[in-house]
Amino acid sequence: MLQVRRYYTLSEVQEDLQAGVITLPNLVEHYLQRIDEYAELNAFIEVFAGDVREKAIEIQQKIRNGTAGRLAGMVIGLKDIIAYKDHKVSVCSRILENYCSIYSSTVVERILAEDAIIIGRLNCDEFAMGGSNENSCYGPVKNFADYTKVAGGSSGGSAVAVQAGLCLAALGTDTGGSVRQPAAFCGVVGVKPTYGRVSRHGIIAYASSFDQVGPITNSVEDAALLLEIIAGPDEYDSTAAQQLVPSYSALLHTSGSKKIAYLTEVLNADGLDPEVQELTEHAIQKLREEGHTVEPVSFPYLEYVVPTYYILTMAEASSNLARYDGVHYGYRSPGAHGLESTYKQSRSEGFGPEVKRRIMLGTFVLSAGYYDAYYGKAQKVRQLIRRKTEEILAEYDFILMPTTPTPAFGIGEKTDDPVVMYLADIFTVQASLAGIPAISIPAGNNSKGLPLGLQLLGKRFGEGELLAFSKYMLDTVKSDHYIQQ
Amino acid sequence: MKTSQSALHKYELVVGLEVHVQLSTQTKIFSSDPASFGAGPNQHTSPVSLGLPGTLPMLNKKVVEYAVKMGLATHCHINRENRFDRKNYFYADLPKGYQITQDEAPVCVNGYIQLVFKDKEDKKIRINRIHMEEDAGKSMHDKDPRYSLIDLNRAGVPLIEIVSEPDIRSAEEAAAYLTEIRKIARYLDICDGNMEEGSIRCDANISVRLKGAETYGNRCEVKNLNSIRNLQRAINYEFQRQVALLEAGETIGQNTLNFDAATGKTSVLRSKEMAYDYRYFPEPDLQPLVLEDSWIDNLLKSLPELPEQRIARYMADYGLSEYDANLLTIEREVAEFYEELITHTSNYKAAANWTIGPIQSYLNEGNTSISELPVKTSVIAQVIALVDNGKINNTAAVQQLFPALIRQPETPVERLMHDLNLLIDTNEDELLQFINEALAQYPDKVVEYNKGKKGVLGLFMGEVMKRSKGKIDPKTANKLMVQKLEALK
Repeated sequence: MLQVRRYYTLSEVQEDLQAGVITLPNLVEHYLQRIDEYAELNAFIEVFAGDVREKAIEIQQKIRNGTAGRLAGMVIGLKDIIAYKDHKVSVCSRILENYCSIYSSTVVERILAEDAIIIGRLNCDEFAMGGSNENSCYGPVKNFADYTKVAGGSSGGSAVAVQAGLCLAALGTDTGGSVRQPAAFCGVVGVKPTYGRVSRHGIIAYASSFDQVGPITNSVEDAALLLEIIAGPDEYDSTAAQQLVPSYSALLHTSGSKKIAYLTEVLNADGLDPEVQELTEHAIQKLREEGHTVEPVSFPYLEYVVPTYYILTMAEASSNLARYDGVHYGYRSPGAHGLESTYKQSRSEGFGPEVKRRIMLGTFVLSAGYYDAYYGKAQKVRQLIRRKTEEILAEYDFILMPTTPTPAFGIGEKTDDPVVMYLADIFTVQASLAGIPAISIPAGNNSKGLPLGLQLLGKRFGEGELLAFSKYMLDTVKSDHYIQQ
Repeated sequence: MKTSQSALHKYELVVGLEVHVQLSTQTKIFSSDPASFGAGPNQHTSPVSLGLPGTLPMLNKKVVEYAVKMGLATHCHINRENRFDRKNYFYADLPKGYQITQDEAPVCVNGYIQLVFKDKEDKKIRINRIHMEEDAGKSMHDKDPRYSLIDLNRAGVPLIEIVSEPDIRSAEEAAAYLTEIRKIARYLDICDGNMEEGSIRCDANISVRLKGAETYGNRCEVKNLNSIRNLQRAINYEFQRQVALLEAGETIGQNTLNFDAATGKTSVLRSKEMAYDYRYFPEPDLQPLVLEDSWIDNLLKSLPELPEQRIARYMADYGLSEYDANLLTIEREVAEFYEELITHTSNYKAAANWTIGPIQSYLNEGNTSISELPVKTSVIAQVIALVDNGKINNTAAVQQLFPALIRQPETPVERLMHDLNLLIDTNEDELLQFINEALAQYPDKVVEYNKGKKGVLGLFMGEVMKRSKGKIDPKTANKLMVQKLEALK
């Protein structure tokens, strides 16, 4: 068998496929072997081995015939939250453990139409609720840079699979940072598109007014290509925007001087890791040297973003997860003997502790007598945050900040205190509340060899500019950075 | 339950209705599966109506159109900014664990329905709101010995809920209101109006108060009244029950009640303490819906002539009473039959009497629709003309000729009249003979007549009819009779 090297971009793969250096069946075997070899990472919860071998032969033929789609050669993993017809999808919850979807999500339809090969399901926090991938019924995912550290979450399996080269790319979902934060912890690229840019049809809902599918890749080029393929209007999702999708992958060149804001409150935030702070300051300095305008801006709502985010997402989640009731599909408690016990026992046994916590808190904030004080107020604060963020972005091209206040923390380190865990989302939830696009790009490693990420926030539907500038940052700012990978 | 009449007279009944009208759109409100009734269990389902993970609702625009039509027909204000909300509760036939409805911003508000009565003044019942929502599935508890079975064909079928103000004061008014809603919905062709199949369902909020009281009493909500008759029964039962409780010095529990059609009684389904907290919040899976003025204007222009307008036209153009016009317009098809009938006759009043009298009775008896009436409108018009021309008297036409026409619709009218011996061929001499005989029989009544008691004329006419076996023209007979009596003065 041909030896297959590690690839970082689809163009490298496609070049070698064209030149006959490798074949698609070789490549697929390579990934299957590697998944097996690094099983300890716990990134994949199911591998579609039979499927992918067949698909590889079929698409290899298309490559020979010159009829292959734009994603031919891309072996991709799906976060276990994305429905794929005739395949299981469980959101890493016992309550859907053996649930098999009878239809495919729009994003799956679109990548399959371009000949991507879906290799398996990737571990995540149960119902995408978590920032460390420790809330999965399949257990935590380990960070490839340090097996004692978390992968981040909720798309932890997706980030680690790309980090460890178990597949070329992955699709994750981002509600409050679930693509960007694990991407930062794992040193890969993660994009959260504008709310409405990508159809949510077939994405198991956590918080409907936040959830977005986003690519996790090694390169900005691959993220751009994937996004342009999965984005766009959809007849199955009325919240999917009608705006035309630009060819992000063809528009990756940026030129001229940009105006970039950074938030003073972010750099003064409690608990900001000194190396993360240093990295951000270095990036600011470097960008200035390159001729860009980088200015501090005040964002007085920073301390409110986490509570606002959690009140709203828990409220939506409490309703979105009501359908898992043991009646129609999914887990039904063997001890159930009537309607009420079917609900109580199935849900008590089927959901994990973090999911239960969020359902209960979400139910509370929507209940009569508390609605105005919590849900109603959080909606208003969301408007304030959105307006202030849009004001900043009316004056600046991007907002720059670290993706996370710290590098990946130890497995088990924060599991005792959910509030400490929630506060780790402080830099990612602003873009989610505002519904704007954001990207996390790898910015090198810290002194202990752990990856760090920088985050850029862009204008609504400004994914094109955001991706182009991110590529420029990766090429220019990172390459001569003192913290080398 | 016995409540004395005197006690009942002290109290006033207050009723508000929540009427669910199932819309007859082709597909469901948020998915493309058929919305029609009658398929095998769970045949009309899709991932969306099954509430499978990852599915999202897509609003069927026809539903909005139908809801707005109903609002326009009931004088509502149409809200331009619309939103959907989630109503959260657990039930086995509610696959998502919430119902998508409109809570804060219903599509139509502040309308009214005009009720017409024969023997009392018209009454306006105000409409608080009309909102759009999805129906739930059906649970069946008696089909299997061990399990309850669930049919989700109905899950996601579009409904509008029409909520009245508490303006209804009797079971009769409630029945008239529900009849009127059904009538308008059928005119608009937005609902088949079939109450047995649950196309129109009704919940009644019922309370009582002492006559003249300013505030309302505690109300009970009676759920799922599936016929106009049961609505009336439930209201009457509750009126008596609540008055009896108050008279006994007790208070009315603010409960949700169930009506048992077999016993005619209500029973408690949920007490106030057990009332659900539905945790309404804006449905994040649907965009706010903004209605354009031009779209609403076009709908308004496309509305068919509604019963109310038709009643006014019948009164103005055909000289009908409001009551008759109302009866003619209850069913759109009946009104259309009437309008076809009067293209053949200019006796509008007789045409109305025939339509709402013998024809309607025939339809009611056979439970058939007017489209199945075997007798053509032109033939009815012919009969009207025969009556007008004194060839047959009206009673004979209704009681004998009409049933014969139904049996033999192809046989010419003249032939049937001949066969039944109904043709008035009595000449004036014979008629005078009958009149003389009648007057001779009641000489004392003749004296009464001469003293000014004109009412005795009916008695003489009846006698003439009897003697002539109905084969006289009543108009001529009446004229001759009066002449004769005047001559006797």
